[in-house]
Amino acid sequence: MKSSNLVFDGSFDGFLSAVFMVFELKLTNATIQCQQWNQNGLFSNDERVLTDQTKANRVWKGLQAKLPQNESLKLYYSFLSEKREIYNILLDVIQYTFGSATDTSRNFTHPSILKISQTAKMVGREKHRMEAFVRFKLTKDGIYFANISPDFNVLPLLLKHFRDRYADQKWIIYDISRNYGLFYNLQNVEVVQMQFPDKFNFSASDTDYFDAIEFEFERLWKDYYQSVTIKSRKNNKLHLQHVPKRYWKYLSEKQ
Amino acid sequence: MSFERIQEKLKILADAAKYDVSCSSSGSKRSNKNKGLGNSKGMGICHTYTEDGRCVSLLKILLTNHCIFDCAYCVTRKSNDIKRAAFKVQEVVELTVNFYRRNYIEGLFLSSGIFKNADYTMERLVAVAKKLRLEENFNGYIHLKSIPGASDELMREAGLYADRLSVNIEIPTVSGLKKLAPDKKHEDFIKPMVKVKNEIIQYKSEIKSIKSTPKYAPAGQSTQMIIGASGENDFQIMQTSNHFYKNFNLKRVYYSGYVPISYDDRLPKIGSEVPMLRENRLYQTDWLMRFYGFHVNEILNPNFQNLDLDIDPKLGWALRNLHEFPIDVNTADKHMLARIPGVGMQSVYKIINARRFRLLNWEHLKKIGISYNRAQYFLTCNSLDFERRDLSAAKIKNLILQQGTSKYSKIFNKQLNLFD
Ligand code: SF4
Repeated sequence: MKSSNLVFDGSFDGFLSAVFMVFELKLTNATIQCQQWNQNGLFSNDERVLTDQTKANRVWKGLQAKLPQNESLKLYYSFLSEKREIYNILLDVIQYTFGSATDTSRNFTHPSILKISQTAKMVGREKHRMEAFVRFKLTKDGIYFANISPDFNVLPLLLKHFRDRYADQKWIIYDISRNYGLFYNLQNVEVVQMQFPDKFNFSASDTDYFDAIEFEFERLWKDYYQSVTIKSRKNNKLHLQHVPKRYWKYLSEKQ
Repeated sequence: MSFERIQEKLKILADAAKYDVSCSSSGSKRSNKNKGLGNSKGMGICHTYTEDGRCVSLLKILLTNHCIFDCAYCVTRKSNDIKRAAFKVQEVVELTVNFYRRNYIEGLFLSSGIFKNADYTMERLVAVAKKLRLEENFNGYIHLKSIPGASDELMREAGLYADRLSVNIEIPTVSGLKKLAPDKKHEDFIKPMVKVKNEIIQYKSEIKSIKSTPKYAPAGQSTQMIIGASGENDFQIMQTSNHFYKNFNLKRVYYSGYVPISYDDRLPKIGSEVPMLRENRLYQTDWLMRFYGFHVNEILNPNFQNLDLDIDPKLGWALRNLHEFPIDVNTADKHMLARIPGVGMQSVYKIINARRFRLLNWEHLKKIGISYNRAQYFLTCNSLDFERRDLSAAKIKNLILQQGTSKYSKIFNKQLNLFD
């Protein structure tokens, strides 16, 4: 039998629908691919997966019933890594999970389980970094705005943290590389898409968009940052380990 | 608010506060109330790092650097010729709220030089915290310094608004303190610490029966010791530390390598090296005590008074106790696994879970993330190749040092050169 390659739309539900298909059709050699990575080869054996929420929910419920909560969460975290090869590793773990009578989620001798555990940790670290490095700037319309472009698609994971913390101010966190954002309107959080002017410089406090006091606070913060360093303890290696260069773009004190 | 004046004050008063190394914002349980501002639950967050690699989590400032005392090791001391400044209560409140709203910080760490007297100073620190909580509905983290000698009433009030309170004892021995801070009395440090400890105990018992008991310093109290200013050895330092953990239920003791700031000949000269490696070894010892089940005397005792600088204290302990090894990772209990050099608590957790599925061999262990270079001499697993030679402690140490590229070896060499 020809093995098939299931191509899904990139959403988590889409991925779970693909998993559903594997089980439903008892496919033995199936692979799952995100459409982002798909280039239709001439002899491709691609099959498009229709995202079906009911099917997706069935798979997810099944996993949740089988796994301790924080282990099923790891599957979601690693999915958000968007790594090309992660979908097949996830499929492997899901098949292994459904195929075992006991809870195998902490069998770190299984290569795919170890991989998921490590990937989830990387994604978790990125989430944590974003919680730390998001910098809001007050816009003229009284919204605290922050842009990010995280290595992994962690925005969905940030929602709860920021909603719980900034309950009395409007805010937007916008992923400029994936082009969507979260907007908290003092009631609830919505997913939004925005258009920015060409060559918009996110790192500067443009007075067309941002409140004038933004300059002042950025300056105070920069000064503060300068004052707290103890020169005789300077340790650049340690510094870079904590804040790798690619994160500097978020940090006004580093501009 | 006038930004220029604030800017000037911030520079002076942040600069003076930076020698306090504690920056933790973790361990509190304050959630957002009535759609207010902020929360401080669970893990602390470092919003940036200084160029010396330290976490910046809180707005750490002094309310003022005017001080009536003259502690030799402190930049704020009365006799030091520096610019002085003082924040108004409202200025600190606004700065904190505005930094917090922009996600720069987790909260405020407010300390102060002592102006007029202890209570006068403490009162103002409490006023800032009270305003933040009651007027701004601020639920972020607040760490207040307990001013040595402050009254019980003020300390009680401080704990109602602050998440953490701390008194820095700074000098690990009473005799050292006498020499370097003649105005300060040991009892003055202890008094607020005892009060806070008792209030916490009382809170914990009352909350069981009365749900509405107001929170009292939910992140506990901490202290700091300066390392290398007054000649104490590591044994003395960790004895003191242990004493404070045990008798005052401290959450954390911080160790701060002395940064020379004065020409006073009671102290190391300006320009002498900050003992960062030693500081790091003391932190490692602290961790072994708090999380790895070591008793302080196992690591430092009258026969062994100073930590090795070239190897970590757990490895040092293992080398002095080779009779406890090798440990079989497939059968040993958690307590013993945690004692294997090169195996951290995360690996212990993974080992215990993974070995329920199969006997572990070197491949598994390496993937789990143990440090093979150190661990290989101290454990056996389901592999036939294990260390069979009867190596002496000195030999093992050598082999490990040759293999490893300790991240501290550079600093270490530099420090060694001082003795050439
Ligand atoms: S009392 Fe505090 S601020 Fe004043 S000199 Fe002593 S350590 Fe410094």
